[in-house]
Amino acid sequence: MSAPAEILFEHVSKAFSRADGGAAFEAVHELSFTIGRGELVAILGKTGCGKSTTFNLISGLLRPSAGRVVVQGHDPFADFAWFRGKIGIIFQNDRLMPWRTAIENVALSLELNKMPQKERLAIAASWLARLGLSGHEHDYPHALSGGMRQRVSIARAFAGKPDILLCDEPFSALDEHTGNALREEFCELLRQTGATSIFITHSIEEALELGERLMVFERPARIAYETTLRAGMSEQERDGVRGRIREVLSGGTAASDAGAKNSAVNS
Amino acid sequence: MTLAQGEPSDRARRAGNRFAVTGFRYEGFVALAGLAIVWEIVSFFVPHFLFPSVPEIAERLLAIFTSWRSIADALATSARILAGLGGAFLLGTILAMPMARSATFARYTYPLLNFNQGIPALSWVVIAIIWFRGIEFRIFFIMVMTTLPAFTFQVLDAYRAMSKDLFEMTLSFRPTRLDLFRTLIWPTVLPGILTAWKVNLGNASRVVVVAELVGATGGVGYELLQQQQIFDMGGAVAWTLVLVIFVLVVQGVITLIETRALRYRAFAEHAL
Repeated sequence: MSAPAEILFEHVSKAFSRADGGAAFEAVHELSFTIGRGELVAILGKTGCGKSTTFNLISGLLRPSAGRVVVQGHDPFADFAWFRGKIGIIFQNDRLMPWRTAIENVALSLELNKMPQKERLAIAASWLARLGLSGHEHDYPHALSGGMRQRVSIARAFAGKPDILLCDEPFSALDEHTGNALREEFCELLRQTGATSIFITHSIEEALELGERLMVFERPARIAYETTLRAGMSEQERDGVRGRIREVLSGGTAASDAGAKNSAVNS
Repeated sequence: MTLAQGEPSDRARRAGNRFAVTGFRYEGFVALAGLAIVWEIVSFFVPHFLFPSVPEIAERLLAIFTSWRSIADALATSARILAGLGGAFLLGTILAMPMARSATFARYTYPLLNFNQGIPALSWVVIAIIWFRGIEFRIFFIMVMTTLPAFTFQVLDAYRAMSKDLFEMTLSFRPTRLDLFRTLIWPTVLPGILTAWKVNLGNASRVVVVAELVGATGGVGYELLQQQQIFDMGGAVAWTLVLVIFVLVVQGVITLIETRALRYRAFAEHAL
């Protein structure tokens, strides 16, 4: 891979202790991969396969039980504050603060980065306009529809101009029509910003549409299948990828795509 | 645009208007006027020293509000209530925060607070008189000890009710501790704190009178004791009304703050 490594996972495991004192539950097991700067990676996997835990490890919200996580040359857990403004997350649900208006929600990351109020509100307003929410700047979340709220949360993540964008099934809570419309706009924004992006999804089609590279996780989180999607892939080649993903997700043996440029160092 | 999710329908708005009748509207005046009429009727048939007439009580009330000494007494009681509540709130918050963060600390603190809840206000009065010399500090101590558990539990509950999702989201932006408190924790716990103040205000107004009955040389409780000694029912009712008016005024102020601070959730609540 030519691009410098932006995110590095080296034999990372993460176990959670149980509240009842039972045996620890391992969500991530010996996970290894590298992601280059500006790459757009889609992660697929069944529910509970540790995708979100992997996100929390990248964003430094969790400390690995074993192994090493390096993001932009730093440990995201130990150097937590160093990453201020560098990582943006779009969550499955909008996670808007109900006591803040749309514009105040979008401006949150800028506010925490100590940007002057006038400047941050101007940036937030421009992002809301970009996402088709002009006129709703001063609406509280309860007055917005689910799709509009998710747009606000997308604007919030982009407004801080993060180097790395983590997207945790951002369209799964929306109806198909709204999800499709928003996905197209989202793809365009991702390409424009050039941020390193990791996109968690349950949808094979969504992964094929958004990702330049695909990783399929098995349970507990480790790479079961990985492939790079070349520009101009034929529909037949895409069908092949679809088939392999389905096979892995349905519990078939882990496969590696010989025809694809595989950058994984999964053990 | 179609009706956005969460936007109140006409039906919800109508329901909201019905529920909005929590403020002091004409029904409140009618109810109080009814009570005064009943009292006045009873006063015709019952000895005067037991049920003085409404005009006499009104006269006594007016006398209180036109005498600087009486106003000072009323203000002293009000200040004691607010100081006691402020102290209990501060101490309760200081206790609640480590309780929320440490299960071990909470396991030790909970039994102590529960134990405290079982102690009658009058016992605290006796303890305060034996332990302390200054009257004001005695009253402050009694107020704090009697309202502390409620404040602690309510602040603790408000903190624990904080959304894990919002906490995680805010944390992902790497806020400083102060920013985390300002942007997430404070707005989250504020509704609980306002409720705690409203609930404890009523408790405090009852306790302060007991505290002032024994030892104070001024205040509503002291004045009530004077009325009891001269068997003056009119004065007793008038001084009680002074305390009721104070509670209503402060509750009104808290409601105003609540309306302003929690305006973001007005529609959502009304639509319930």
